[in-house]
Amino acid sequence: MTVLVYLIPASLLLGGLGLAAFFWALRSRQFEDPEGDSRRILITDYDETPKR
Amino acid sequence: MSGGCPGCVAAPLAQEVAAEGAGQILLSLPGIHCAGCIADVERVLRAQPGVRSARVNLTLKRARIDAPEGDATALSEALQRAGFEARELDEGMLTASESDRRARALLLRLGVAGFSMMNVMLLSVAVWSGATEATRDLFHWISAAIALPTIAFSAQPFFASAWSALKGWRLNMDVPISLAIVLAAAMSIYETAESGRHAYFDAALSLTFFLLAGRYLDQRTRSVARSAAEELAALEVPRALRPDGDLVAVADLRPGDLIRVLPGARVPADGVVTEGASEVDRSHLTGESLPVPAGPDSALAAGEVNLTGPLTLRVTAAGQDSSLHRMADLVSIAEASRNRYTSLADRAAQIYAPVVHLLSLAAFAAWMAATGDARLAMNIAVATLIITCPCALGLAVPAVTTAASGALFRQGLLIKSATALERLAEVDTVVFDKTGTLTEGEPLPLDAREKPAEVRAVAVALAAGSAHPLARALNTDLRETAAARLADLKEVPGCGIEGTWRGNPVRLGRAAWVGAEPVEETATYLAIGDAVHVFRFEDRLRPGAAEAVAALQAKGFRTVLLSGDTAPAVARVAARTGIETWQAGLLPDDKVRAVEALAEEGARVLMVGDGLNDTAALAAAHASISPASALEAARAVSDIVLLGRSLEPLPVAVATARSATRRIKENFNIATLYNLVAIPIALAGFATPLAAALAMSASSVTVSLNALRLRRVS
Repeated sequence: MTVLVYLIPASLLLGGLGLAAFFWALRSRQFEDPEGDSRRILITDYDETPKR
Repeated sequence: MSGGCPGCVAAPLAQEVAAEGAGQILLSLPGIHCAGCIADVERVLRAQPGVRSARVNLTLKRARIDAPEGDATALSEALQRAGFEARELDEGMLTASESDRRARALLLRLGVAGFSMMNVMLLSVAVWSGATEATRDLFHWISAAIALPTIAFSAQPFFASAWSALKGWRLNMDVPISLAIVLAAAMSIYETAESGRHAYFDAALSLTFFLLAGRYLDQRTRSVARSAAEELAALEVPRALRPDGDLVAVADLRPGDLIRVLPGARVPADGVVTEGASEVDRSHLTGESLPVPAGPDSALAAGEVNLTGPLTLRVTAAGQDSSLHRMADLVSIAEASRNRYTSLADRAAQIYAPVVHLLSLAAFAAWMAATGDARLAMNIAVATLIITCPCALGLAVPAVTTAASGALFRQGLLIKSATALERLAEVDTVVFDKTGTLTEGEPLPLDAREKPAEVRAVAVALAAGSAHPLARALNTDLRETAAARLADLKEVPGCGIEGTWRGNPVRLGRAAWVGAEPVEETATYLAIGDAVHVFRFEDRLRPGAAEAVAALQAKGFRTVLLSGDTAPAVARVAARTGIETWQAGLLPDDKVRAVEALAEEGARVLMVGDGLNDTAALAAAHASISPASALEAARAVSDIVLLGRSLEPLPVAVATARSATRRIKENFNIATLYNLVAIPIALAGFATPLAAALAMSASSVTVSLNALRLRRVS
């Protein structure tokens, strides 16, 4: 059972990293145009001005 | 700029920083729908001079352009040449950032709740699969450490809403929700401290998560619709021109002020003409399709469009006092009756919330009386509260409306009001306005091409010199005809255009001016010497109008045409669209009365209209739709705005609304069925946290999946 001492913090840490990534994505406004973003990968032009 | 100077090299950068946000142009692009459109629009925009960057947002169907010295009109014209419908947006009118922020805050809470839910579930699975004693307690404590801060943060919207309801001595859906979350958390802490076997942390968290998901869906649907409505409002920039050339806000106009109205401009306030002669287009206000002459002393109302000559107006009433305001009174009376409509969700909540509280209280009382064990009785009461908590109910409506408004948005229909879909589903009679709704509101020559070649040549030559809608239409229709060579071409505002052809005076314009007998329909008259020729016009039907009426009639809807225009014009349009019941020459309050009379007969009326004269009728009807070309006031009171030009999506909208209401009711049934099974289990004391979590998730997922079936409609 001592393995739990490592596993629980590890799982919490990984989950927390995911959460932090989500926060970052939200802050950098990556959920503003879901429709457009899903279509943009089909555009062959090089996108010179990705979203700021 | 000289090359070597470090200051000059740095200057463009500094300018760039300063201009951030200042040179932003927003364009509405209702027609875009694919990756190709995005690429094309951005390429066209970037190729324009002065454009630094352009980015299309497909979700909102608009483009943001960074062009400090750019001209929005030039940009939208460039797009129109490339085949995209584009209109300028006034950024000041867009307050979408507020609802935007709220949606993002909800998403943030949702993310936190989801993260905690998954972690606590993980720990709970260990407990459910047999962790005992110290391990179980440890797991429960860790769960508590994750769950409590999360609940404090994520469940705030429910607490706030419940608190404001309780303060006003009311009950809403958020009261049982908050109570369940708080009780579940408190109970779990107590159980954990007492080393009990069950804790409800996961239940409290998944409750928060699923309900937040519903709340977020709801917020998103509304904010998309609201920002679109604001977008349409932002299309009209209310400015008035003073005689000295200054632009002033319409709100600053006072009675007695002089303003100039140029040809093609909308009259910004009620007033009396002091100078100039012209013709005005009243079709938006009265439905009259024929322009009316205006000269000194004629009274004009705000919203009319000046056609041929510049006019100077003395303002008699501006802003709140104008004729618009009288219309607004009619509208507010009509709207009051509609606001009494309670949505299905509200009706469900009114029954549901008290029942849940009473049930849980009864469970506590009964078990207390039966066993005398307060801890057990409390446990069961909390389990009942959690299990009955309207998770599925909270998702039932938002999930369906999100799916439905998404499906309709792709068809070019914007839903503005929360109860619009439900009201639209109940409709059985459709009332149409004529000018601008069934028709395009633009005249089309009927017999111009059949005239002798000489007459056509003279007509084209004269029409080319005028911006009057009839002249423009004539010119477009006869564009293949070579124009005759005329001398002394001159426009007489309010009358027409004249010149000399082979020594004879020629005139194109009003009947009285050219010396002709007026005919009944829309027409313009051409005099060559003493001979007079009549060019008849007809208002073109809007694309899809006849098809939409036919489809509605095939589905058993009653269709009615109400118009302010003259009887012959209305009769023709009625015949061409296949509408049997029609009334002509109606004033705004006649229209309201006609709609109310239909309602008294027991009909649920859907009003489709675009003008100011329709606004009150739109508000009085059970549901209302207006095209995007409608006046702002008409769009503001209607439930649904039609973005494209075609009327064809109309029957689709009704069909989608009906199936959406069906799904909502199904979802309520699913939730009820689930409760019928779950409540006895909870009351009997068999509801372990595992069972509660499973049942709750199952019902939520079923409801969401049921809503997704709507995406396949149409």
